Amino acid sequence: MPETHRRPASNLPPLSLHIPEPRYRPGDTPDFGDIDVPAVEATPRPGEATKPDAMRDMCYGLVRVLDFDGQAKGAWDPKLSAERLRAMLRYMMLVRAFDDRMFRAQRQGKTSFYMKCTGEEATSVASTMAIDRADMCFPSYRQQGILIARDYPLIQMMNQIYSNRGDHLLGRQLPIMYSAPEHGFFSVSGNLATQYPQAVGWAMASASKGDSRIATVWCGEGSSAEGDFHSALTFATVYNAPVIFNVVNNQWAISSFSGFAGGERTTFAARAVGYGIAGLRVDGNDPLAVYAATQWAADRARTNNGPTLIEHFTYRAEGHSTSDDPSAYRAAQEASAWPFGDPIARMKQHLIALGEWDDAQHDALRAELDDLVKTTQKQSEKLGILGHGMHQPFETMFEDVFEQMPWHLKEQCDQMLAEQEKKFGPNWKPE
Amino acid sequence: MNMIEAINSAMDIMLERDPNTVVMGEDVGFFGGVFRATAGLQKKHGKTRVFDTPINECGIIGVAVGMGAYGLRPVPEIQFADYIYPGLDQLVSEAARLRYRSANDFICPMTVRTPFGGGIFGGQTHSQSPESIMTHICGVKTVIPSNPYDAKGLLIAAIEDNDPVVFLEPKRIYNGPFSGYYDRPVEPWSKHDASAVPEDYYRIELGKAATVRAGEAVTVLAYGTMVHVAKTVIEEMGVDAEILDLRTLLPLDIDAIETSVKKTGRCLIIHEATRTSGFGAELAALVQERCFYHLEAPVERVTGFDTPYPHSLEWAYFPGPVRIATALEKIMKD
Repeated sequence: MPETHRRPASNLPPLSLHIPEPRYRPGDTPDFGDIDVPAVEATPRPGEATKPDAMRDMCYGLVRVLDFDGQAKGAWDPKLSAERLRAMLRYMMLVRAFDDRMFRAQRQGKTSFYMKCTGEEATSVASTMAIDRADMCFPSYRQQGILIARDYPLIQMMNQIYSNRGDHLLGRQLPIMYSAPEHGFFSVSGNLATQYPQAVGWAMASASKGDSRIATVWCGEGSSAEGDFHSALTFATVYNAPVIFNVVNNQWAISSFSGFAGGERTTFAARAVGYGIAGLRVDGNDPLAVYAATQWAADRARTNNGPTLIEHFTYRAEGHSTSDDPSAYRAAQEASAWPFGDPIARMKQHLIALGEWDDAQHDALRAELDDLVKTTQKQSEKLGILGHGMHQPFETMFEDVFEQMPWHLKEQCDQMLAEQEKKFGPNWKPE
Repeated sequence: MNMIEAINSAMDIMLERDPNTVVMGEDVGFFGGVFRATAGLQKKHGKTRVFDTPINECGIIGVAVGMGAYGLRPVPEIQFADYIYPGLDQLVSEAARLRYRSANDFICPMTVRTPFGGGIFGGQTHSQSPESIMTHICGVKTVIPSNPYDAKGLLIAAIEDNDPVVFLEPKRIYNGPFSGYYDRPVEPWSKHDASAVPEDYYRIELGKAATVRAGEAVTVLAYGTMVHVAKTVIEEMGVDAEILDLRTLLPLDIDAIETSVKKTGRCLIIHEATRTSGFGAELAALVQERCFYHLEAPVERVTGFDTPYPHSLEWAYFPGPVRIATALEKIMKD
């Protein structure tokens, strides 16, 4: 060590470096008894035009609507019709059915990769249902619920997952990195939180054009540590952009718990305070709370009252992806011990409590959705699966790098076509 | 017009012609930019069309990606090219890939303008030449003008382009061509043909080099400030050199390069950026691949050194007349 870096001799106590450590590891019995679960009626609902500094408490509390008996209560109850509630339940159940089948498809070797959102369905489905169909969503990789809540064709999602010849993205993107502009769904990036400033830019553009559409954007609590997150919040507050920031705090970023994103010291909703942005902390397993908070933020944005940051306090019940083994780093019972339950079960319980649903209907719906997913899967697999042949014309590799193909890409394309002809002969066609 | 005025005129025209064009960046609004490139634009076109941004390059480029996806045509300014690095991920992984990864669902028609290069005592963080990094990104075009006339025509073409363009402005020649002799007075653009810039709209197609000077003995490939330094040296030496001003590094005008080098049989490449993995290496490889049997001497590179840009020793770093003359003598020897 250079002389100048040595600690000077003194009687000062030695400093120590803090390395965050999750509370439970494999083999431990998790106990979330100390998590504050405020009563449903405890959280007030400020007006949509309330100044951020007058609602700081909202960043540390928890917006809740459904109590654990399935009753909707309190100031945040969005008072949705039974029909709307059933639609929400159906979408969440469809997301789960889709996830289960695609997870299995990956395990069967039909694709390279999949990411489930089990336990987090409300954070995308309810959130999407609370905004306008024309609003633009900038998702992260775990918001398949947006597409499903906007009735995007399931087969197109599957075609993308299989990179087959029906894949609208020509096999260029990892599975689940969809793009669907006509459904208000921005192209998913593999780099984390890059969509955050992009959503702000989209919202700024909408505002500068006198449009009425707003932008919403999602990231995980782990990627809220990225610089892009903070760039986005800075721009949003500076220009009062009509944007909703969703931070899905599912407690785990692959194997790093939320402490590594700064979650030990404060809430993620409280990030809003430093920027002068409205912040709401929401029970992310309560679909009605997610809906109500999003609707509040959307009304705020649409009336030029600016951006809102919503922390969805939830739990990732599954691994990060099919490449992850959560049993290696976290306690097995964490998901079941999570004090906020499961969003689908809570929605079912609520509808039953209203007299608008029953177990038989629920089972019938689950069977119907499983069947729908299964039938669609068969149709998609007719168009090919990943690794079983090549499904796109070779030259598509070089298309869309630029609007027009420059000479150097044409040369490289010709070279590649000649290589493929040597390998496969002149009459090769995509499978 | 000088180059700054020409650049200003290009943005003015595009703001006028296309209501989706927006100009943004640190200090570009009320103040008109530290180099005055955006002077008067906010007053004329309004605060929502020309506006200041936070000091946050990641945000500037990332926000521009979102604006482009919405349907605007953003023209973000990065105050110095050295500061493009904090925004590089948004450029490399997002702007450049958006069309490809979404199979044309979303495009990013942005033009990132940024002053680059040395010769103004800017030290390490106001002097760099990052063009080879830009050309290494798949999906970004890289444009470098060398005079006011080209600057305006190329910038208009860049703003109208539906792909992301990095428009690198050689700040050493904003106000006049630079001979490479730092101890001689700089003549203003007004004494130069290229300062005759039309007030109206015109465009110069991206991907086309310009022949600055025809010649038979050697081909000199240069761009930006180095075009002028090369011209001075060649005139002083009396060499019958052909100077190609590349103007666009990607897409590159390979036909012009190939034709010229096959004619002259010799090739000198000049750039200010550091040598290793610089754009000169790419040019040398291309010339070797395509013109090997026409070459009468090895391809030579004149470049900056592989050090951070020094402050006080700036003129020892700068690829000036002596370095160019030495290389030319070597290449012309046989």
